[in-house]
Amino acid sequence: MSVYQEFEHDVLVIGAGGAGLRAAIEAAAAGVNVGLVCKSLLGKAHTVMAEGGMAASMGNVDERDGWKTHFADTMRGGQYLNSWRMAELHAKESPVRARELEGWGALFDRTPDGKILQRNFGGHKYPRLAHVGDRTGLEMIRTLQDHGIHQGMDVHMEVTVTRLLKDGERCVGAFGYDREQGRFRIFKAKAVVLATGGLGRAFLVTSNSWEGTGDGHSLGYHAGAELRDMEFIQFHPTGMIWPPSVRGILVTEGVRGEGGILKNNKGERFMFDDIPPLYVDQTADNPEEGWRYVTGDREARRPPELLTRDHVARKIVKEVQEGRGSPHGGAFLDIAWIKEHIKDSEAHIKKKLPSMYHQFKELAGIDITKEQMEVGPTTHYAMGGIAVDPDTQMTTTVPGLFAAGEVGGGLHGANRLGGNSLSDLVVFGQRAGEYAAKFAKDNPDYSVSEEEIKEAAVEALAPLERGVTALNPFQLQLELQTMMQSKVGIAREEEGLTEAVGSIREISGQIADVGAGGNRWYNPGWHTALDMKHLLTVSEAIALSARERKESRGAHSRLDHPDKDMAWSTFNHVVRKGSDGEMVVERQDIPQILPELQAIIEEEG
Amino acid sequence: MESATFKVWRGDQEGGDFETYDVDLEPGYVVLDAIHKIQAEQATDLACRWNCKAGKCGSCSAEVNGSPRLMCMTRVEDVAGDGPITVEPMRAFPVLKDLVTDVSWNYEVKAAIQQVTPREPDFEDGSWEMNQYDVERPQEFRKCIECFLCQNVCHVLRDHQMHAEFAGPRHFVFAAQAEMNPIDVGDRVAHLRDDMGIGYCNITKCCTTVCPENISITDNAIIPLKERVVDRSYDPLAKLMGAVFGSEKG
Repeated sequence: MSVYQEFEHDVLVIGAGGAGLRAAIEAAAAGVNVGLVCKSLLGKAHTVMAEGGMAASMGNVDERDGWKTHFADTMRGGQYLNSWRMAELHAKESPVRARELEGWGALFDRTPDGKILQRNFGGHKYPRLAHVGDRTGLEMIRTLQDHGIHQGMDVHMEVTVTRLLKDGERCVGAFGYDREQGRFRIFKAKAVVLATGGLGRAFLVTSNSWEGTGDGHSLGYHAGAELRDMEFIQFHPTGMIWPPSVRGILVTEGVRGEGGILKNNKGERFMFDDIPPLYVDQTADNPEEGWRYVTGDREARRPPELLTRDHVARKIVKEVQEGRGSPHGGAFLDIAWIKEHIKDSEAHIKKKLPSMYHQFKELAGIDITKEQMEVGPTTHYAMGGIAVDPDTQMTTTVPGLFAAGEVGGGLHGANRLGGNSLSDLVVFGQRAGEYAAKFAKDNPDYSVSEEEIKEAAVEALAPLERGVTALNPFQLQLELQTMMQSKVGIAREEEGLTEAVGSIREISGQIADVGAGGNRWYNPGWHTALDMKHLLTVSEAIALSARERKESRGAHSRLDHPDKDMAWSTFNHVVRKGSDGEMVVERQDIPQILPELQAIIEEEG
Repeated sequence: MESATFKVWRGDQEGGDFETYDVDLEPGYVVLDAIHKIQAEQATDLACRWNCKAGKCGSCSAEVNGSPRLMCMTRVEDVAGDGPITVEPMRAFPVLKDLVTDVSWNYEVKAAIQQVTPREPDFEDGSWEMNQYDVERPQEFRKCIECFLCQNVCHVLRDHQMHAEFAGPRHFVFAAQAEMNPIDVGDRVAHLRDDMGIGYCNITKCCTTVCPENISITDNAIIPLKERVVDRSYDPLAKLMGAVFGSEKG
């Protein structure tokens, strides 16, 4: 017999990073009762880790910028598998969402004439990223948090949701537990917004925190939502690789935006070797032009280090494979070299990249103002996510269920541009909040099934009731991560992907044997056992979608199909639960793009 | 160094004690790595908070060999001596379990502080003109990652347990960022004096010493706020004017 704590909200937001907070603020502004669930303490969500900035074409640094260029850059970066409507809304609305943060207390770095300063980033034609040094994510989450707590919402801290509740097709709430005492919580709601972020913990080397276990992707999937583009996982080219303890921690693209260059063990600047055809016209062909670009010369083209993340990551892997890698299997990232051009480069680097300076100094014993960093790819971001209506963010198949931020799919296509995530959070967080509130007002009546709640409670207690077993949840998680890293990572092929699917199903079979010792109070072993279901669900979706896509495009690289194939550019992969409970992958045609948007893509070249 | 011995505090509100764990180390290990390894291999129910493991989220605060630190930014080799390394929860807050404490009081104190209240926008697009020089001062305070280590070492909270009367360094830093925001027209002086108890701070700078973000908490936040309070509340001329011409603000 379980005891439940019950809560009723008009709108329940699950996840309290940038997207969840922005959705909650918008829903509260619409006058409905809002509950906000955080897996950790408020203000600690993964948004806090974002470094480089928020893309918004305000044109403060280069007035030639505008939403059309941002739209075209986003589509090109996504290799045209993006939802063009989301890319349009995102490009048009991000400037408003950026400025609004300042009214809530954010303080971005400034231009000489007192406007929000914007920096260069990979794949963006003009300097576009509003930023605060290299801690922009902290600024954003703190601003939203400090504003949000005054908007009259109930914040449920350190609560993990294990299942969504349904009334027929409709989503009407969620079931979860609090970490502190392991008490069950039932949230009844007229509308639910998933804003749970990413799934990087499915891999061994990742920049994601313990929370990034794909909860929202999996909760949505099991509740009947469709997942799209799941084969596209962003491996950020520059994670720390040495010492082992820091492997995977992010090194911001801002280092390259400020002039940092990549070199192999021969000291060669290898990024000049191989520039993709889509970007030849936009990319500098010599170091001198590249330097002029990062220092603001409007006539110069950007250096190849600022090509899109998928390309840079693959280039680093290639250097390593061909024997030109750094001692610990990566490449060298050098910002210290700018002393050739800048007088007081040491102070300049510390000012522009304070967290990076600190991070390398403390954790690796390296002074980045004097020495080169060693970097390599790290699992960073899921382009794929829950399929939603581009305007309202409501899922395509479950009424009353919305998704925003990383857990939502569509905006980024096959590869996300740096800086387009923070803007994604607030643009689509705002929309999800607005339309979830509207849905709640329009659909006041629903009922919650007691049967479903009992079932959820039994499922949640199972690992604890088994107690200590031979199979420890942390070991099983490690087994999955190690397998995903080697078979579904940055270089994939048919055989490995098929083996991966087999391993995932095998590990899923072992879940019933995983036990956790101890009691219900703040018990990480128990929580890890429960997160495994989500990790396995997203791992299967990634592996199946990756096996289906027999070409290389964006972040998805197939060794057995190394080229991009135009035949694969007209549809997205969609994953859903089949009638027999098996996971199914289908092709879904991309809707015909509006002629005026197509014209923008062509004009912007 | 191939292995190290850790004494980790295990327990709850009822009490607890140190338990000893031997941990095999890898190069560069931080204390949080060791805790994770204990969790994965020896005690799956060992409770600790963490998120980013890169010094950016402020979740993994604890006391290592008695000094308040972020576990993710503390290299094992830097704290290893002859004996075992002790790891225990922050002592200024009630313990929940093992290394996890109840920090909810901080969230309540913060919610009572007036948020940034902007003047009318300067431009039609709803934005403001601010220059870099003016934003840099509050930007220092906005680096705060809310690890609450400053709260943990502040003797007004830790030794005197004056949580009801005193808001603690974190919240003076928070008030300072709002007060010094160039577009803010809010007024927190009376709140700082009457509810946040800024007068109890006797500037021993313990908070500044432990701040992992190197914020000059005492010099740049607390002292200027104290000056605002004094200027407003204890200026004899203003007091006289107030008595004669009606109540002053604050």
